[in-house]
Amino acid sequence: MSTAVIQRRALEWLPALVVFALGIGLWQGLVAAFHVQEFLLPKPTVIARTFWEERGSLWHAGFYTFKEALGGFALGSGLGILAALLFAAFRPLGTAFMPFAVAANAVPIIAFAPIMNDWFGLLNPFSKMAIAAVLCFFPVLINTLRGLTSVDPRSIELMRSYAAGQGSLFRKVRIPSSLPHLFTGLKIASVLSMIGAIVGEYFGGPTDALGVTILNASSYTNFPVAWAGIVVASAFGILFYAAVALAERLATSWEPSRRDFRAE
Amino acid sequence: MASIAVEGPAQPRISAAAGWAKRVLLVLAGLAVFWGIWEGYRWIGERLGITWPFRVDEINMPHIHEMLWTLTKPLQPGGPALLTEEWHWALFTGKEALVGFLLGGAIGFVLAVVLAHSTVLRRGLLPYIVVSQTVPILAVAPMVVVGLGTKGVQPWVAVAVIAAYLTFFPVAVNTLRGLMSPDPRALELMRSYAADRRAVLWKLRLPASLPFVFSALKISATASVIGAIIGETPASIQNGLGGAIVNFNQYYSTAPERLWATNIVCAVLGLFFFAVVLIAERLVLKRAPEHVA
Amino acid sequence: MNAQASAVSLKGVSKSFRAGVTALTGIDLDVRPREFVSLIGPSGCGKSTLLRIIGDLIEPTTGTVEVNGKSAHQARLDHDYGIVFQEAVLYDWRTVAKNIVLPLELLRWDRGRRNARVKELLELVELEGFADHHPWQLSGGMQQRVSIARALSFDPALLLMDEPFGALDEMTRERLNMELLRIWEASGSTIVFVTHSIPEAVFLSTRVAVMSARPGRIAGIVEVDLPQPRGGRTREEPRFFELVTEVRERLAAGGADLVAEEPEVAEEAL
Repeated sequence: MSTAVIQRRALEWLPALVVFALGIGLWQGLVAAFHVQEFLLPKPTVIARTFWEERGSLWHAGFYTFKEALGGFALGSGLGILAALLFAAFRPLGTAFMPFAVAANAVPIIAFAPIMNDWFGLLNPFSKMAIAAVLCFFPVLINTLRGLTSVDPRSIELMRSYAAGQGSLFRKVRIPSSLPHLFTGLKIASVLSMIGAIVGEYFGGPTDALGVTILNASSYTNFPVAWAGIVVASAFGILFYAAVALAERLATSWEPSRRDFRAE
Repeated sequence: MASIAVEGPAQPRISAAAGWAKRVLLVLAGLAVFWGIWEGYRWIGERLGITWPFRVDEINMPHIHEMLWTLTKPLQPGGPALLTEEWHWALFTGKEALVGFLLGGAIGFVLAVVLAHSTVLRRGLLPYIVVSQTVPILAVAPMVVVGLGTKGVQPWVAVAVIAAYLTFFPVAVNTLRGLMSPDPRALELMRSYAADRRAVLWKLRLPASLPFVFSALKISATASVIGAIIGETPASIQNGLGGAIVNFNQYYSTAPERLWATNIVCAVLGLFFFAVVLIAERLVLKRAPEHVA
Repeated sequence: MNAQASAVSLKGVSKSFRAGVTALTGIDLDVRPREFVSLIGPSGCGKSTLLRIIGDLIEPTTGTVEVNGKSAHQARLDHDYGIVFQEAVLYDWRTVAKNIVLPLELLRWDRGRRNARVKELLELVELEGFADHHPWQLSGGMQQRVSIARALSFDPALLLMDEPFGALDEMTRERLNMELLRIWEASGSTIVFVTHSIPEAVFLSTRVAVMSARPGRIAGIVEVDLPQPRGGRTREEPRFFELVTEVRERLAAGGADLVAEEPEVAEEAL
């Protein structure tokens, strides 16, 4: 990369860094000025220190919860993709089922977390995986199905002119063009799976799980630890999302880059 | 934009009423299928003694008619039917969700308009808006409730704030995408009219953003209900559905149907919010039909 | 404003883009009022860029541009021209009538005057029954007619058209050519028209400016002395074929068969 490009990239990120510095500075300043807040909202320096002191157990807890999220993500997304393929292959089934998938997505599925705990056991990580899986299933199904079925009719006519069968049509046209939609669904699912795992732990879980750690810390008014836990949870969430986004970049590098937010 | 030549508005092939009847039938059929699968699995599970992935018995899988039946029975002896209580809890939670939805939606919308007009602000704030989604705000819920409580704020308002937090992100991000969606030709056209930025916003960007806004509102409708329900749980707020879930979960083994019934009510609440946005979308939005092949 | 003054006057106009691409160089052109001038040339000759310079949508690197006796910038602010693109650029959320009335809303005409004008325009482009239709319900040719009606809504002295019929089939194209001439006659406006099609350029214009690429410049001007008003028969006259041939030869001489590399589309941020 030429220095000009590096300079331009750095300049693009400058405002974000400025905001970060301002934000942290403001937080630190305000908390110092209004002492009463301190027990609820500790100074960033306090949180950073706590984070460092507890880094071992926090990392362990975070990783435990992340594994639940990852398991649920894999299970839910996998099933969602399979269901989407099925519904794309057998259209009438798909059109009949779609309204239900959309409706199911509108239901607060997370309210079923306590039932999952009852089914699989509070301490069993699978109970949290199950909730995460259900949360991931519908967005991935809906988005992937949309991608598989919104193919340019001319592409289809082209394939028919080659006397290509349904299988080839699927493999050569539908699946590649559904990838952007699939990744949209996967990005949503990555965020939802972490939320599902943590909220699931809210209703009960082993003490070395992150959600339980945060909850216990805040009920014992140990807010620095609670906030440090939230930082860890966010970090895992961001990394997970970034990993999916990276996979998207690699898998759809052929697509004209669609920077969502750049001015035309 | 499609280039299909049509002489007049397209004639619907079935009348509107028949279309509705078809939809209702489809929903009923779907519910019947679900009921069949549930009861069927339970019946087979009990006969075969299935224990994986979970044990099939009357505690884990109450009959669906039992779940509905328990709504008609009183919670406390001599008290009103469970359904009446659920109704009040639903109203309470619904209020929190609605306030959160409106608040989060408004903030998200305004923020998007501001960001659409300032590249610097956009570059500075957008990363944090995206990151804010990964913060498990629900974990902060008890602290938010207690903290705002010391300022004399009622618990339900705190929960509404949590619901607002969850809804503001999809609205902000999607509205921004919509505001920036017009293609360069449309902007050139506006420039040829020497239109100022305000005119471009009102006549072009805002109308173009509506489909995006509605798709965000549909997500946000659900998110605000979720935020309200879950926000109540750690704060132990008793008058809403979240509190009911926590309570019924405690006594799950003695009356599992009550938890399931509450979940059904939660589902209905979520669907109701979603349906309202859907209807609003149908009324407001007139766009070219989507292409499906 | 001098009646004899040019409607459009370009002197020494050139345009280079940031990437070091020279799109146009040394453009001198005078368009008299009520003329119909076509710009024709191969891809990459800068004809669309030139049109946008006239419309003050792009700034020239050197040279002066005058429209209606003022700077191009002032002409744009004074709404002295209407523009039509190859895509109709209609808004899906507005009906046909509301699409046409958009510039009038921006110009703050009062409602009565707006509605009367829209009615006139719908009659002019022969789309009376379609006022309440939406753009996606119309064919490509009909959408372009709406786009033309919109460009004429505030009765500008100058009409800039960037390959407006390029996306249409030949028959629709010929029909719309006829309609455009009729509209030109009725409105008395000046038209600068960019096209790829030699017969279209000859049929419509009073003069054809032949452009060549690399760098973009005007290679020559062909005076079209076919009698007005032109009609279906005009295309069958011997003089028509002579003129088409002359334009074609000028294009070939200017290197029209070379493949252009410069991007035709404007890169400036808007």
